This record gives sequence, C-alpha cells and structure tokens, in this order.
Amino acid sequence: MKRRTFLAAAGGVAAAGAGLARPALATTVGVTATELKIGNTMPYSGNASSYGVIGHGDAAYWKMVNDMGGVGGRKINFISYDDAYSPPKAVEMVRKLVEEDKVALLFHPLGTPTNTAIQKYCNAKKCPQLFVSTGADKWGDYKHFPWTIGWQPSYQVEARIYAAYIKKNFPNGKVALIYQNDDFGKDYLIGLKDGLGADFSKFVIKVVTYESTDATVDSQVVTMKDSGADVLVTAAIPKFAAQVIRKVYDIGWKPAHFMTNVSSSVGATITPAGPEKAVGMITSQYLKDPTDPEWDKDPGMNEWRAFMKKYIPNGDLTDGGYVASYGACTTMHQVLKQCGTDFSRENIMKQVANLKNETVPVLLPGITVNTSPTNFHPIRQMQLARWAGKTYQRFGDVIQG
Amino acid sequence: MDGLLHQVFSGLATGGIYASVALALVMIYQATHHINFAQGEMAMFSTYIALALINAGLPYWVAFAATLVFSFAMGAIIQRVLLQPLANAPVLALVGVFIGMMLIFNNTAGWIFSYTLKPFPSPFGEGGPMVGGMLSPHELGSTCVTLGVLLSVWAFFRFTRLGLAMRAAAYNPVSSQLVGIPVARMLALGWGLAAAIGAIAGMMVAPVVFLDPNMMAGVLLYAFAGALLGGITNPLGAVIGGFLVGVIENIGGAYIVGTGLKLSLALVIIVAVLVLKPSGLFGKTLASRV
Repeated sequence: MKRRTFLAAAGGVAAAGAGLARPALATTVGVTATELKIGNTMPYSGNASSYGVIGHGDAAYWKMVNDMGGVGGRKINFISYDDAYSPPKAVEMVRKLVEEDKVALLFHPLGTPTNTAIQKYCNAKKCPQLFVSTGADKWGDYKHFPWTIGWQPSYQVEARIYAAYIKKNFPNGKVALIYQNDDFGKDYLIGLKDGLGADFSKFVIKVVTYESTDATVDSQVVTMKDSGADVLVTAAIPKFAAQVIRKVYDIGWKPAHFMTNVSSSVGATITPAGPEKAVGMITSQYLKDPTDPEWDKDPGMNEWRAFMKKYIPNGDLTDGGYVASYGACTTMHQVLKQCGTDFSRENIMKQVANLKNETVPVLLPGITVNTSPTNFHPIRQMQLARWAGKTYQRFGDVIQG
Repeated sequence: MDGLLHQVFSGLATGGIYASVALALVMIYQATHHINFAQGEMAMFSTYIALALINAGLPYWVAFAATLVFSFAMGAIIQRVLLQPLANAPVLALVGVFIGMMLIFNNTAGWIFSYTLKPFPSPFGEGGPMVGGMLSPHELGSTCVTLGVLLSVWAFFRFTRLGLAMRAAAYNPVSSQLVGIPVARMLALGWGLAAAIGAIAGMMVAPVVFLDPNMMAGVLLYAFAGALLGGITNPLGAVIGGFLVGVIENIGGAYIVGTGLKLSLALVIIVAVLVLKPSGLFGKTLASRV
C-alpha cells in the first residue's frame, strides 16, 4: 500500500515536471539546449547482420562530430537498436525511439522490408525517416510519404543506366533478365521498361525469376541461353549472382553481362564465383571502392581512413559498408548544419529537400547529392565499371539515371 | 530438344541436392519417427567445420572423415542432452526444440563464421563441364556419393541386426525395450547417423550453392517434399522423390508455367500424389496395432 502511494506520488511529480517542460519541447521534439537525439535501427543480429557494420560506422561518426563540438551548439545523442532485419521488430523499436526516447528524427535505418514496415508510422507521426539504407525506388515518393527519403541511387536508376547503355552500344541486342521475385528484383524490371521505353519488347526477349529460397538458378540460366539472348541483366543477391556467373561460364555462354551493384562486391560475389569467370562483367558504382588502389592517395578516402583509424581502429578497411555509412552521415551532417539552430522537424525536412550539388568525400568524382521539394532521390548518378580479373575498371562518364 | 535435355540434366543435378538431404530425413525418421527441422542447419554447421579443417591444411578426404566423426558425435550428444529428457513429452514440445535448434545453429554459424558467402572445394575437381556442357564433374561425383549413401542406408536397415533394432526402437519403444533392445542408445545412434549423412549432404551441396549460414533453409523444404513424394520410410523412394522434384521444377519452370510458378507446380503435384497415395510413391503404409 505504502509503495503504491509512493509510486503514485512519484508519477504525479514526473507528470508535473513534464507538464512544465512541455511548452519548450512542443516545436522541437528530441532537442534540448545541449542535445539532439537521433534514432536508428540496424540488423545487428539475424540473417542480414553483415550490414551491422553500417550502424557501428554511424555511431562512430556522431562520436567524432561530438568530439569536434557537435552541431548548432548541441551534442548528438545517437540511439541505435537491433531490429534483426525483422519488420515487426523494427516497428517495435521505432515506436520505442519515437514515443519513449523521443528522438528528433530517424537516420539511416537499414533494410527494404524493415523500412517499409515503419514508413506509414513515421509519416503518421510526422517523424523524419531520413536517408534510409536501402536502394528501393519507393523512398523517393515525396507525394505520399513526405517524411521519408532514401540516399543511395535506387535500383530503378541503376536499371535505367543499363538500359541507356544497352540502347547505345547494343542496338540489335537481345536481352535476357533474371530477377529475384520481390520488390528488389522488380525494381530492375521497372527500370528497364522505363529506360527502354517503347523498345522494351524489341530488346528484351526473355525474363525469368527465382525465389530467394531456391537452391540454384541453373535452370533459369539454361533457359536464358536457349532463348538466344546476347545481353544478360542479373538482379540477384550475391549467392545467386555468383551462381549465375559460374553457370554462364560453365555452359559456354558469352553474353554482355550487367550485374546489379548489390552483388558487385569482390568478396561476396566474385571470389566465390571465381574471379576468372566474371571477366568482362559490367556493373555500376557510386562509391569509391576502398580496395581500389586508385584511391590510395585520394583526399576524400584519406579523410575516411583517418576517421576509421581513430574511431573504428578494429574495423575492416575493405568493407564497403563503412564507406556507405560515412557518406550518408556526411549528408545528414550537412542537413543539420543547414538547420542553423532551428531543429524543428519541419525545418529539418525543409533542409533535407534543399541539398544543392553537395560533394561527399566518398562518392565517385562527379557524383553529387541533390534534393528539392520534388526530388527525393538524393543520388541519381552512377558510373559503369568492368571487372578486369583483379579489380573493376571504371569507364565512360558519370551517367544520370 | 537440346534445351529440354539440358533442363533435365540441370534438374537432376538440383534434384541430387534434394535427394542427399532427403536421405538424412529418412534416416532420422526411421530411427526416431520424428522429422528434425534442424537437420539442414546441423548439416550446414558440419560443412563449416569441414571448411575450417580444409583451411587448416588437412587434405579433403581427411577433413571429410573428421567431419563425419564430429557430426556423428554432435548428433548423438544432442539426442542425449536435449531430447532424452523429453522422451515422454508431446510431439509439439519436440517441434519447439527442433525449431529452437534450427535458430541456434543458424545464428551460431553466422556469429562464428560470418555471413559472407564462401566457396567450398569439390573433391571431384574444378574441371570444365562434360556431356556437352550439361554436367559438371562435381554434379556427377556428388550424384554417385548420394547413390552410395543410399545403398549403405538401405543395406543398413535391410540386412543388419543393428538396423532392425533401430527400426524396432522407433516403431515400438516399449516392446523393444522388453525384448532387450537398448532404446535410448538406438535413438542416439540414429541421431548420430542422421547428422553424419546430413554432413555428407552439406559437403556435396556447398560447392554448388556456396556456403553461408542460410545455405540449407530452402534446400530442406524441397528435400522434405521429395522425401514425402517418394515415401519417407523408403530411402530409395526419398532419393527418387528428390530427383523428381528437381526435374519437375525445371521442366515446369522452363516450359509449362514459367519460373514464377514452378515451385507451386511441383508442390501441387506432390499434394496430388499424397492425396492418392498418402505414404508416398514407394512408401509402406504402417499399420499400428493398439
């Protein structure tokens, strides 16, 4: 009885305290005179936990910002929870971030299924869901979801870039497409349709799919070869991309092979498939590859390496996840700088949609970040690269997709 | 025509993968009358052990043998530690344990070995394709291994007293105990053998689908379908069922319904067969006298 009375009294005091503070917080959720709270979810465990390094990179970046004095006179309090790449878990964690931790915004939550699960909630709560770490095209839908924005080039942008290249360099090409039967894969189909326009049915003679639970995609590769195609577009995750590369090689098919950026990683795809089997394969890039000797003396990458040395000394310097993390963080940092001292959610979104030719140290030369109230696709440029047996060689100009 | 032949061969190669895992399922079912949902994940874990041994410098076949021993011990210990206390528990409790084990093995493998895709060596060489590019040496070799395992499992249950005792222990534990069969030991033995067969399957599958902690998730489902199609009480039936699933899936995907629906087609055929013949194409209907 006594305990209950005490708790009730304590609750009353807390409520009164909150009541007193409320007017000051009304316009600036998650922001005090000394602190700005940023929320995030990441797959630190589960199937997609290899992406967890991105969260560690983000946390280290904000630590660096705080060591340099913070932004707008405030220190960043970066709160990142594990969602195990599970949509219901992501919803639970994001509710906790928004309602209990009262963050000002969400930054860089990772994953297409997880971000899809939280998108409606964030927009209903008018909580910015910024620079989400996924390449689906739908994060640019500012009309329906004005509080959500992506960062990296979308899969559709990438597919349009391939379409433009195919149109120009293989005017009589017969194209086969293999894609994963989900949102990720379908974005490539949509992008190719977009890019090839009325000529889609003239170019594309065979479209096959696979399920992510399939054991192999050998049958699909055989089907595509038999169709007589001489251009192949692969929109598959690394496991199946590696299988495609190997099977194409093994059955003696020699198409011009375009590989999704998702599966262009040397370690995750090309090494398992066999580097000699992938020679000639074309992909597109927007980040500087940390393993490419071309960037050994690059000021932007040196800045990143210095950051890694100081804040993530045990981090794997060949892991592109840290590079992507650094890029997204510098973009977020720029937005906060542009906010001045007004960190209301409205002003944050205004600045998010007001990035003009921002250079990011880890993006390829010529690629910049641009947004406007009618453009929520911050990065729309990529450059093609060809696998030469040991490294990728970029060629041609930066292309807008 | 060339295309059709190619699809059949490729289907047989994929079916061989299903068949090898289906054999492990037959083994555990014959020995315990349960289906172990963690069978695939245990096989995946064993495959990582094999890779670690190979990377440590052991010759392939030495690592292969060591992995079998390790897997046998792992299976037997799991039965002793986790399942013995549940000997009289309802089936649903066991299902809970199996699913729990599946998650534990998956996460542990990811934690220890990372989620990055890893190539796994084939003992049959990396040589070029044979039979006009339709079959790789590994596909031929692994099919032979699967058939070899099939023969051993069949002979074991058909001709040895131990095999008979194991079947009896699974079929009627109480009577078996009364006639002097050490039922608990038989169950542990069954788990050990199933884990070892799973390890062989894993080592044959990994060169084809590449090794990662989720390597077996999909395969186990199709293996299960193949085992049911052929009859889960019959090793030969399970293997034929596995091959059939692979071929039906390919032919259906390439010529009949398209790749989007090929799995549905395979599963519809399986359901149809099971409705007509519940024990599978080659299965025996077990009559239980109460």
